[in-house]
Amino acid sequence: MAKKRITKEVYLKWYEDMLLWRKFEDMCAGLYIQQKIRGFLHLYNGQEAVLAGALLAMEKGDKMITAYRNHVQPIGLGVDPRKVMAELMGKKDGTSHGKGGSMHIFSKEHHFYGGHGIVGGQIPLGAGLAFADKYQGNKNVTLTYMGDGAIRQGAFHETANLAMLWNLPVVFIVENNGYAMGTSVERTANHTDIWKLGLGYEMPCKPVDGMTPEVVYDAMHEAMERARKGGGPTLLEIRTYRYKGHSMSDAQHYRTKDEVKEYQKKDPITHVLDVIKSKKYASEKEVKKIDDRVKALVAECVAFGEKSEFAPADWVYKGVYAQEDYPFITD
Amino acid sequence: MRTIQFREAVCEAMSEEMRRDEHVYLMGEEVAEYNGAYKASKGMLDEFGSKRVIDTPIAELGFTGISVGAAMNGLRPIVEFMTFNFSMVAIDQIINNAAKMKQMSGGQFNIPIVFRGPTASAGQLAATHSQAFESWYANCPGLKVIVPSNPYDCKGLLKAAIRDNDPVIFMESEQMYGDKGEVPDGEYILPIGVADIKRAGSDVTIVTFGKIIKVAFEAAEILAKEGIEVEIIDLRTVRPIDYDAVIKSVKKTNRLVCLEEAWPLGNISTEITYMVQQHAFDYLDAPIKRICTADTPAPYSPTMLAEWMPKLEDLIAAVKATMYKN
Repeated sequence: MAKKRITKEVYLKWYEDMLLWRKFEDMCAGLYIQQKIRGFLHLYNGQEAVLAGALLAMEKGDKMITAYRNHVQPIGLGVDPRKVMAELMGKKDGTSHGKGGSMHIFSKEHHFYGGHGIVGGQIPLGAGLAFADKYQGNKNVTLTYMGDGAIRQGAFHETANLAMLWNLPVVFIVENNGYAMGTSVERTANHTDIWKLGLGYEMPCKPVDGMTPEVVYDAMHEAMERARKGGGPTLLEIRTYRYKGHSMSDAQHYRTKDEVKEYQKKDPITHVLDVIKSKKYASEKEVKKIDDRVKALVAECVAFGEKSEFAPADWVYKGVYAQEDYPFITD
Repeated sequence: MRTIQFREAVCEAMSEEMRRDEHVYLMGEEVAEYNGAYKASKGMLDEFGSKRVIDTPIAELGFTGISVGAAMNGLRPIVEFMTFNFSMVAIDQIINNAAKMKQMSGGQFNIPIVFRGPTASAGQLAATHSQAFESWYANCPGLKVIVPSNPYDCKGLLKAAIRDNDPVIFMESEQMYGDKGEVPDGEYILPIGVADIKRAGSDVTIVTFGKIIKVAFEAAEILAKEGIEVEIIDLRTVRPIDYDAVIKSVKKTNRLVCLEEAWPLGNISTEITYMVQQHAFDYLDAPIKRICTADTPAPYSPTMLAEWMPKLEDLIAAVKATMYKN
């Protein structure tokens, strides 16, 4: 696929999408404090450019899989955000009818393969999606996301070897946000250039600035084209930052407020808005319209989630097996 | 009827299903060029080619996870573990991904995958190579667990497993691959979750599964000479368990001995015992007995290994104890 031009329309879409993701996550934080969302909650604030750049590079039928910081990726892929919110609230109309919760969002229809709670467990699955595409002759690519913590798992290393051995159409993306929960990258290994882990497998690899979607797009397009043309996997270390804690219970003693503020100066949404303003892609009034639209949609998500019921308790036995009459033990 | 080896039954089942459905592939260590560590995939590379009969490096976690991912995207993998002892390094992918994907996704993703290979002891292989994880896997909702004991059951159940839309653990034995048994020429499928009465009897029920059933057959011969007729129920599937077959038999014999090659705590025998006391309490004429391995890792030396394994004499004594005979 030819490289896309980053037009006015792209910038406006990026702005609206990223703002929606940010506001959606902010709303989740509020709902968590109100105890309307329970369990663990991991927010994407600050990392939006990684997703925005990737989505522009994706073609129809391309796939995405990630870990548990996974609310906004399906929204970006086209899943109704109201259904994602309903899932977070544990409701029947949620993407998994309330079975999955915050860490386990899935959409087969929109090629979003989760949503995985075990750090690194999704990495071989991503290569497996790519394996099946190659086996079936599909010209699709799978984006397999992980964090800077997950890449220290053996799952990455076995998968990297197999993906190279079998030349799979997969892109491994490390979203390096600086911290594996409260452990900084410096404290997880004797080196901090995560991308260099590709070198041992002779996998094309490089670091990428993750705070601007244009740069992410360039890197993703190059990697996905390589995969699509039969050139095999790529490892991208996308350097980003999360503004919020690892999860809602994180007091963040491992970093300073000044550090967070430094990154917020490079905020991807502010960057895109600056481009829109400087290139006069939209008037202030038009930007305000986008802001209002986002605000209204987030409000709709909450209303939808609130209105949706909890699934009947006996649904606990539904959708566990493909076999509909599986004889569960009940005594 | 023709007679074939257990390993040939495995090979026939996989080959027939691969001829029938091109989405089925076989992956594992030494499955292709070596023809299988135990020759259970002999000739399959020649017939199906390297796209569908796939050798892997020694990376169970990696190739298990890749196959679960492939199952999410339209394929029907057969993953061979050289033994289920090695599935321990892949167990995250089996328990957290294969078994849970359907449920966590609200029913969106079926995982039609078979994990197969030998289980339990196979001579003096010592602690890490002699383990039976049937009850571990059977404990996990989302999985089905099949443990056949002869070539006929193996072929019919493996074909059912490959066609099943849920993840199936299919456990064989190094010590059964050479066993011969009658297997018909034509195609047949056996239902998952249905036990089989391997020997009818009226005095005591023995519930068992897998290769250790051979000890039950031996005991039955010896006991018959003493006028004790045991009924041997081969569970064949340990998730789901055919409780009805067991309870029906116990209601007839009023006595139950469980025979299982596994550590005793929380094993399949424990589960059978619970269900029988729950549903046939008033039918029992004696406490239920179980014969399992010793509650230790498997030892290497032949004397200690013999002590560790479920023993014929212990089984005979247990059967007699349920009849209050010495």
